[in-house]
Amino acid sequence: MSTALAFADAVHAHAADLAAPANEVKGGEKVAFWILAPIALGGAIGMVLARNAIHSALFLVCTMLSLGVFYVINAGPFLGMVQIIVYTGAIMILFLFVLMLVGRDSSDSIVEQLRGQRLAAALLGIGLAAMVATGVARAFDDTRVVGLGRATQDGNVPALAARLFTRYVFAFEVTSALLITAALGAMVLAFVERSKKDQMTQRQRSRERVSADSYPAPKPGPGVYATSDSVATPALLPDGTTTDKSVSKVVQTHELDAATTKAKG
Amino acid sequence: MTPTYYLVLAAALFTIGAMGVLVRRNAIVVFMCIELMLNAVNLTLVTFSRINGTLDGQIMAFFVMVVAAAEVVIGLAIIMAIFRSRRSASVDDANLLKY
Repeated sequence: MSTALAFADAVHAHAADLAAPANEVKGGEKVAFWILAPIALGGAIGMVLARNAIHSALFLVCTMLSLGVFYVINAGPFLGMVQIIVYTGAIMILFLFVLMLVGRDSSDSIVEQLRGQRLAAALLGIGLAAMVATGVARAFDDTRVVGLGRATQDGNVPALAARLFTRYVFAFEVTSALLITAALGAMVLAFVERSKKDQMTQRQRSRERVSADSYPAPKPGPGVYATSDSVATPALLPDGTTTDKSVSKVVQTHELDAATTKAKG
Repeated sequence: MTPTYYLVLAAALFTIGAMGVLVRRNAIVVFMCIELMLNAVNLTLVTFSRINGTLDGQIMAFFVMVVAAAEVVIGLAIIMAIFRSRRSASVDDANLLKY
């Protein structure tokens, strides 16, 4: 009995030993927090307030990058890297891609469809903030931080892998089904079926090629004639008329008037 | 400061994201706000993992990221499909059920 008590005591003392340094955050982590937390908050606020959707996306990238650093600080280097690669790398690029496709000037309408919706949203937001803040403040007043030192003794990634492929292996396998379904779903949603009727036949194509508007042969060159030898002189067609197509668009006809020919200086 | 500061930050980010979902009308920006909320929850999970001294929180955050990636792919495809048929990415314009 006494040995058990002593053991419990020792465990407790050890836990307290581990907990004491982890409970208070100081040094570099504190500095990093107070630098990155305003960036994350500012990015989030900027994202909601920015009129341009591209700016919103870039603000969100700021927030996500700082969150990635937070994960690294919080003893989750693997998650931090995944955050930066998957979120700010892949997902935000996907967002920007769709924004460019949809048109980046698809700005918000100012008109309220539901009356008083913005006011209600603001009230709801303030209420949610107050509720969550009091909840967090009350629940974590005297939290004892254990720290991940013992759980990740042989590195964060091996520990994560050991857990992922033993206890959570079923969820991990189900994830593959989810991802395949998502990929298939995206393909089905993004696929546009073109009917045969909309496609041009070869006959139509060849007619199009030699129609009146698009003469297939090279354009006649501008002429050199008895009266002029300038590239601005249009070529003569077999029927004697001139063709404007022969004159380069760059060459514009200049009429010499008194103002141009006057001696300068 | 204690690690609970991260929880306060995450709560603030989540609230901002929720406000954005309610206020913004551009479907893509609404989607970004949802991503922000997911990220805030991930931060709480990672912090809880550190407080409790087990890696379960980080595993949970990992799965949240996987689901978020799948969700973004499907959601953006839906937005594209709606844009193709209605020529607008505003959530106000998708109102056929109303009439």
